[in-house]
Amino acid sequence: MQYSFKLYVVESALTSIRAIESIVKACEANLPGQYELKIIDVVKEPHLAEEGKVVATPTLVKELPPPKCTIVGDLSDAKNTLATLGFFSRRLKV
Amino acid sequence: MTTQNSQNMEAPVSKIKTGIPGLDSIAEGGVPRGRATLVAGTAGSAKTILATQYLYTGIEEFDEPAVMVTFEETPADIRRNVKSFGWDLEAFEHQGKLAFVDVSPDPGQGFIESGDYDLSALLARIEYAVEKVKAQRVAIDSVGALFSQFTDSGTVRRELFRVAARLKKMGVTALITAERADDYGEIARFGVEEFVADNVIILRNVLEEEKRRRTIEILKFRGGPHQKGEFPFTISEAGVEVLPLSAMQLTQRSSTIRVSSGCKELDEMCGGGFFGDSIILVSGATGTGKTLLVTTFLAEACRNAQKTLVFAFDESREQLLRNAIGWGIDFKSWEEEGLLKIVCEYPEILGLADHLLRMKKEILAFAPTRIAVDSLSAMERVSTGKSFREFVIGLTSFIKERETAGLFTATTSSLMGGTSITEAHISTITDSIILMRYVELMGEMNRGLTVLKMRGSWHDKSIRQYEIDGEGMHIGRPFHNVGGILAGQPTQIIMGEQEKMLEMFEK
Repeated sequence: MQYSFKLYVVESALTSIRAIESIVKACEANLPGQYELKIIDVVKEPHLAEEGKVVATPTLVKELPPPKCTIVGDLSDAKNTLATLGFFSRRLKV
Repeated sequence: MTTQNSQNMEAPVSKIKTGIPGLDSIAEGGVPRGRATLVAGTAGSAKTILATQYLYTGIEEFDEPAVMVTFEETPADIRRNVKSFGWDLEAFEHQGKLAFVDVSPDPGQGFIESGDYDLSALLARIEYAVEKVKAQRVAIDSVGALFSQFTDSGTVRRELFRVAARLKKMGVTALITAERADDYGEIARFGVEEFVADNVIILRNVLEEEKRRRTIEILKFRGGPHQKGEFPFTISEAGVEVLPLSAMQLTQRSSTIRVSSGCKELDEMCGGGFFGDSIILVSGATGTGKTLLVTTFLAEACRNAQKTLVFAFDESREQLLRNAIGWGIDFKSWEEEGLLKIVCEYPEILGLADHLLRMKKEILAFAPTRIAVDSLSAMERVSTGKSFREFVIGLTSFIKERETAGLFTATTSSLMGGTSITEAHISTITDSIILMRYVELMGEMNRGLTVLKMRGSWHDKSIRQYEIDGEGMHIGRPFHNVGGILAGQPTQIIMGEQEKMLEMFEK
């Protein structure tokens, strides 16, 4: 897998459901078969939230490829979609 | 009827001791148990130190595990900063008694906001940490920094409310710190006090006449009593120490034992000497012999193998020793025997609260039966009225609690007559006041001494002439037919024959 994402949520929260939907949709559209999305419920696994130093939910972290990138929110902001934020662009190694 | 009323009344909230010196005294027990208390202060007002001390002392003294949630400083910085107080936080972390929840911003890693969010992860982490160490105390430092990390302050405020509610549900006693913009303005930035409205403590660090003055004020404790108003505190090498001045109760027993001043005539004027646990103020212009009286007072104790401690703010140790030798008193040998301790300091080097703390430590360590301070006026010169008065009350009540005799000197600014500002401040606190004044009569400067006040005893009301020579002080006859000495304008009263006759028969 070239892309690795972690999504920290509270599974029952509306904001989290929206975020999951948005991300899965965007990933399927842009990176079919090339991504791995790990969904972490902070209430069920708080130690992982502690490890990741996550404060807000939902929080999406792009672990791979570098650089690490973090977005907070349910991605409902039309101006800041994953695409416009360059979440799917590769950084060229210089 | 009565049963109905008592059911309606809220039971007083119980308190937990913070363990911070002086704070539990002004808080009348401590902070409200199971609740959150807001600690608001301007930048540099010692909020983080207080919060950390609250947790550290809780583990160290009361074995109450704790969680520190830090929004601003990294755990590594906090651990390092408190090492100077001798607090080993890492040891407690290894023992599973302390846990950090690190919410400090990572300078390298920013994040982008897109859409709605809440702070459930923060809540989950705090709860996780509290359960992990079975915490009873939680400190959150400081909420303003959380507002800086997120743009949506409405969300942050709402979520902090959730955090406070969850903490209450978990039964922990929390201290939450917040910033203020002004020392005397609104309680906290961002209206934070709205969700921790019940219990508020304010820390101030005010600049007064070029000196910093730290104070702590318990603004309110819902359902619990506390001392009102500002109290000075200082940061010593052991952490925050609050000086609870008016909180000191007047529980001192009153001694009827008399101690000698070292000067027989003065003892007689006082009706037998000073009381063993009294505060004596000696006020006079420069050169009137106050230091001699201090020297005599100290020598008297040393001769009787009693320990004395003198704080000298006007002279150096060498000067004191030399002056004493001039009157045939050898301080050095008593110092060597451990009967006398001389502490000399420039008043300018510390704020008064710090001076008070150091003096208290010296007194506790040396345990003298007599104390002398020469002079209080030196302290007054380097402080404001408020802090000076607090200093005097703090020192005198401390001395009285220990039932030691304390002799304080004060310098009047005018040579003849008049009162010093020091007297105005502390005359009600002192038990005895001795005035020493120059008396200009017929082209000569004589000296007059009077016992103005001697609480609980008869004392001589006259103003007596006195002289100082190589052997010390000699108090003589009262000034006859001279009036206006204390006013600074001594005049001889010439009595007519008739009046003289009348006077004879009145007696």
